[in-house]
Amino acid sequence: MSLELATHNGNSAEEATRASSPLAIRGMTVSYGQKPAVFSVDMTVEPGKMTAIIGPNGAGKSTLLKAALGILKPLAGTTTVFGHSVHTQRDRIAYVPQRASVDWDFPTRVIDVVLMGLYPQLGLLGRVRSQHRSKAQACLARVGMEDFATRQIGQLSGGQQQRVFLARALAQEADLYLLDEPFAGVDAATEKAIINVLKDLRDAGKTVVAVHHDLSTVAEYFDNVFFINTRRVAEGPVATTFDDTNLQSAYGGRLGGAQMDALRPVHTG
Amino acid sequence: MITDALLLQLGYNATLVTLGAALLGMAAGVGGTFLFLRKRALVSDAISHATLPGVALAFMVMVALGGDGRNLVGLLSGAALSAAAGLLVVSWLSTRTRLAEDAAIGSVLSVFFGFGIVLLTVIQTMSAGRQAGLEGFLLGSTAGMLRADALVIAFSAAATLALVLILRRPLTLASFDPDFATSTGQNVTRTDLAMMGLVLAVTVVGLKIVGLILIVALLIIPPVTARFWTDRTDRVVLISGLVGGVSAYVGASMSAALPDMPTGPIIVLVGFALFVVSLLLAPGRGVVSAVLRHRAYQRQVHLRQGLLALAHGQPIYERMTLRLLRRQGWALPDGVATPDGRGRATRALRDETRWQVIRSDPGFEAAAALYDGLTPIETVLTPDQIVEVDSRIMARSEVSA
Repeated sequence: MSLELATHNGNSAEEATRASSPLAIRGMTVSYGQKPAVFSVDMTVEPGKMTAIIGPNGAGKSTLLKAALGILKPLAGTTTVFGHSVHTQRDRIAYVPQRASVDWDFPTRVIDVVLMGLYPQLGLLGRVRSQHRSKAQACLARVGMEDFATRQIGQLSGGQQQRVFLARALAQEADLYLLDEPFAGVDAATEKAIINVLKDLRDAGKTVVAVHHDLSTVAEYFDNVFFINTRRVAEGPVATTFDDTNLQSAYGGRLGGAQMDALRPVHTG
Repeated sequence: MITDALLLQLGYNATLVTLGAALLGMAAGVGGTFLFLRKRALVSDAISHATLPGVALAFMVMVALGGDGRNLVGLLSGAALSAAAGLLVVSWLSTRTRLAEDAAIGSVLSVFFGFGIVLLTVIQTMSAGRQAGLEGFLLGSTAGMLRADALVIAFSAAATLALVLILRRPLTLASFDPDFATSTGQNVTRTDLAMMGLVLAVTVVGLKIVGLILIVALLIIPPVTARFWTDRTDRVVLISGLVGGVSAYVGASMSAALPDMPTGPIIVLVGFALFVVSLLLAPGRGVVSAVLRHRAYQRQVHLRQGLLALAHGQPIYERMTLRLLRRQGWALPDGVATPDGRGRATRALRDETRWQVIRSDPGFEAAAALYDGLTPIETVLTPDQIVEVDSRIMARSEVSA
């Protein structure tokens, strides 16, 4: 096995990194019709770090995450999670979909959504006991939503919906957290609450990967950055990778001088 | 006669049929809930109409083989096969071609149903096989149902109901958030397939009782009715099963009591009556309660705005506001506050100031979400919190002074 991999890549040290990586994607290609949304992308996520996936609209950020999880069927490519097939590691993964992907008029309460994070553990017929409820309640408290437990989800604001999704992910007690645009359409206070929870997870040794849009907060929030524009552009620590060259190359030179200037103090300072 | 039927006094066979129908109604209500939540209610219409050619072909095959063309298990097997074929065509058309699902449903429904009608016409010209009774599959008929048939229906309905209840968690997850479901390792395609299989089972089992034209109503009316009463998935499932069970029970017993009365339409009408009652009278989501709530809210808004105007010494221009204030005894006809009105105006102003503090502090987020500018503050905050808010108001006014 290892020999085969080594001949494939010719670099056994890199293979070792891949094998221990919480999320390693190789040769991933996903296409809608005949147009590839993600083309032959490799990604190796560093354990215990917060990684931002950034790139312009339609660059395949969400698609890459979904394909890695098997939500979309890739044309080619493999995903390993902690060195094993993703299918065997489901209980170590927590995925937070885009808020807009579900119908918030669905007849369910906040606490019920968080309890969904415990469904794999409960199985088909396991009863929801008070220990499960108090765990769900504790997860809601971590995102500051404990008073909303019995509200209908349709009554929540966008930021509150996002925090409920995050609470559900916390209930899963995973080692790898994958978030699809967790800051989309939320106010500054919510963004701060969410980033604090994510940093706590990172400090507890968990790995966090988030699709991110706001270039001005990348350096402040994340340790590592992964640039994508259908193809992989660059990957590495924010300090060395989040620079003008990579930004211009990911965004196809569409960032104006003023926008670049706005980013500069953040990553040089 | 009808009371006899409702009280299961019409003899063993009729009782069995009625109970079988009730079980079927429950299975349809519970299964239909997930169809409704998954927003695929109309697929069941394609499934049910696609049963007709299967029924007709099964009849022809059984007659050709020299048997009794009306064997229920044989007919239902034919129905299941052609319904499954219809379902496959719908899902193939909507996933593999550019046709949207509604167009696929429309084409499959009409083509299969038309083909079935042609086959029925052919059967009517056949001399053999005692074809009378096949039309019963269109609108449902419990008259003259055999004991064995009733047992088949009752057992299949019970088994379907049990299966839906066992699968309720994956079904809920696939309906609410299929991407998350997949990320936890659930095979959503398989869950959808299971849901369609269950709907197919309900449809086929219900053919004899409700008929293929109206079975879709038994799958859709109960969950839609239940949705008026609750915001919780488990309760929607429960109430929907109840509505389906009651509709089918009443419909089947009335059809057994009254000769020549088709079962399906009665079941649907009973379900519809429950729907109308819920639409109008359900607390919270019902129409009447919404109108009343709106009126009460409007009165509250006018009173509060009037009080704040009084507190600021502003004139009241709106006649409705003045009328309401006068009726409460808070203002005189010329818009001047009564002593009682002055006290209330001061309190309204104080609450308004408190609300401003609450809304500006994320620590009060849950309370602020309830904010409508009208709720008595004591119902949202504890006395301790009110004291804290007041002390902040004091501090603020000292700073500004």
